[in-house]
Amino acid sequence: MEKIFARPEALLDISTHYCPGCGHGIAHRLIAEVVDELGIREKTIGIAPVGCAVVAYDYWNFDCSEAAHGRALAVATAIKRVRPQNIVFTYQGDGDLAAIGTNETIHAANRGENLTVVFINNAVYGMTGGQMAPTTLLGQKTSTTINGRSRQMHGYPLKISEMLALLPGVHYIERVSFHNPQGVLRARQAIKQGFKNQIDNLGFSMVEILSPCPTYWGLSPKESLEWIREVMQKEFPLGMIK
Amino acid sequence: MTESIIIAGSGGQGVMLLGKVLAEAVMRQGRQVSWFPAYGPEVRGGTSHCMVTVSDQEIGSPYITKADTLIILNNPSFDKFKGRVKRSGLLILNSSLAKTSVAGKVKILQFPFTDIAIGLGNIKVANMVALGCYLGVKKTVKIKEMLEVFKFMAPAGKAGILEVNQMALQEGAKLANG
Amino acid sequence: MSKKRILISGNEAIAAGAIHAGCNFYAGYPITPQNELIAYMAKHMPLSSPPGVFIQAESELAAISMVYGAAACGSRAMTSSSSPGVSLKQEGISYISGAQLPAVIVNIMRGGPGLGNIAPAQSDYFQATRGGGHGDYHLIVLAPASVQEAYDLTQKSFYLADKYRIAVMILGDGILGQMMEPINLFTQKNNTHILKPWALTGCKGRKPNIVKSFFLREGALEKFNLKLQKNYELIRRKEACYEGLFLEDARIILVAYGTMARIAKSAVSQLRLLGKKVGLIRPISLWPFPEKAFQSRSKKVKYLVVEMSYGQMLEDVKLAVSALAQVAFLCRSGGGITSEEEIIKKVKKIL
Repeated sequence: MEKIFARPEALLDISTHYCPGCGHGIAHRLIAEVVDELGIREKTIGIAPVGCAVVAYDYWNFDCSEAAHGRALAVATAIKRVRPQNIVFTYQGDGDLAAIGTNETIHAANRGENLTVVFINNAVYGMTGGQMAPTTLLGQKTSTTINGRSRQMHGYPLKISEMLALLPGVHYIERVSFHNPQGVLRARQAIKQGFKNQIDNLGFSMVEILSPCPTYWGLSPKESLEWIREVMQKEFPLGMIK
Repeated sequence: MTESIIIAGSGGQGVMLLGKVLAEAVMRQGRQVSWFPAYGPEVRGGTSHCMVTVSDQEIGSPYITKADTLIILNNPSFDKFKGRVKRSGLLILNSSLAKTSVAGKVKILQFPFTDIAIGLGNIKVANMVALGCYLGVKKTVKIKEMLEVFKFMAPAGKAGILEVNQMALQEGAKLANG
Repeated sequence: MSKKRILISGNEAIAAGAIHAGCNFYAGYPITPQNELIAYMAKHMPLSSPPGVFIQAESELAAISMVYGAAACGSRAMTSSSSPGVSLKQEGISYISGAQLPAVIVNIMRGGPGLGNIAPAQSDYFQATRGGGHGDYHLIVLAPASVQEAYDLTQKSFYLADKYRIAVMILGDGILGQMMEPINLFTQKNNTHILKPWALTGCKGRKPNIVKSFFLREGALEKFNLKLQKNYELIRRKEACYEGLFLEDARIILVAYGTMARIAKSAVSQLRLLGKKVGLIRPISLWPFPEKAFQSRSKKVKYLVVEMSYGQMLEDVKLAVSALAQVAFLCRSGGGITSEEEIIKKVKKIL
């Protein structure tokens, strides 16, 4: 009997610690599948964030580094410049990439670093207890926006992908989402594009994934997917941004 | 034997370069030398000074509290540094921009370095006229040796610059001996 | 290499020393008084064979994380800054220490706190030796007192960093950084590159490597810290160094490092000419502090610590000497520099 579906070689046989309905498990697997498909496992170096996915390196079967919160793109810049023959990617949440790390993100993009960025946008800070993220929606309740995010007190959700698209150093940005199986497949294609761009030396590539966080959205896993489709996508439209 | 020199002027007068060429020449003699700059936040104007210490022994601090020689290129620097020379030291002053009639044991040499430089065709070489004057008096290095250093440090492909600086040095030396 | 002397500034000598030691990655940000260092790196890194990587980072904060990345994949990596910028780097330094990455960090100290001024100071001794970042870690801290020594110690620092998997800090000040002195250039013999099987190079032919400082499992972090402590103990035993002058018959010993030590040396020479029995201990490694230099000496010997701070190295001297020894202190800081004359005056007063 032909085996037509298996664990990717780039994904270790370890149960993850993520919540039921969390998008990280899906994202980790998609990256692993793409790495296998492109045959780059032995060349890949991943940089894990600070956040729920801080131990992402325990789940992947390739070289990885941690980074201080927000600094992943600085770490990645250096690794890629010293070892351009390796495929270097960062995996970052909304706090890592668009709050504390905004400066490193903008400048790595502006320098046109030949890197791949997988940006997990779940509109909240999971690991630390559900606080507001830069991408939290107006009206969304979090542990630090008890009455819902208000533009007077907290400003607007940050459209970091649209901002980065203005920079000539950026080659490719696409926003995808895990709201249904077609969404997941589209996300896989985008991630593959992001890695292919690096192999082809085309420059800074980023995939923003709208990902569910049922625990801190206060929704069931199924409701979370609906919320992405009906609410989040209105603020963060899917598609090619650059 | 140790000789300490403070060189001061406004930013853009080539005070630092004056000190550097002197330090390079001293080093080539096999002696000990240190050069130390001090400047304000302005890139032009303001006051700028450097300290050069020449010695046959290991040099302690490059910072000079009271110098054997002061080379002063403008008036604000004169006001600032006039107290920083030893009682029996030497003051070389650019009389184009600063004048003094201070008495006392300090030996004073005043010459119009800026005007002489303008006469040579380039106001910026006033510093080298002053250097020539200093070397003419103190003979810390020979003029010949300094001209070699100029050749080494002059920017490539700008022959005119080397020449006018060399002329300035020689004019300054004449002042000391004239 | 040639025996010819060249006139060079401390900042440039450190940069040259790094390149001659095989430094192939530098990230930095402009800040006075170390701008000559970053300028030298910008010019010369691309000229190395093979070319090194130079990045002017968007901040000192980014630069130290870039060093982390370069070190993680096996480079000899360096960054430099001055006091306010080194404050920014403390987070990254803690991470580098926790991940046991070799790296060289240069601090050309200036007056503080806050924006301070651009004059020299020695006010970051605590930050360097007590760890400005969080956690129980140490850096090897080396304090050159001449441009030649800055060049030599920078080369040595890459070797020490690789050997012990530790970050090494070169602690200079604005005088040392910007002054020019003649030096001889040469490559040190003990600079053969050390293998780094832990580095991130792509997992071909081996199990994947992970570079991290995170140990969440019960007991794991303590175990890791004990390993770090053992390493620090080894370094304490082997790498402490200092220069001693006239110590055999000294009745008063000056203690100073870096630029202050040069001034103190001049004072010692002059006092000896006057027949005063004065000596000098010049710590070259500030961590590990050369405690042995202060031990087994008569209790009657007095010490005079001279530094450009309000009492930082003073504490290490007090800890190192016998409890009964007298330790006096003379200082200026915030850009002020104690002069030879002031030192001589104070010594005469004490004796």
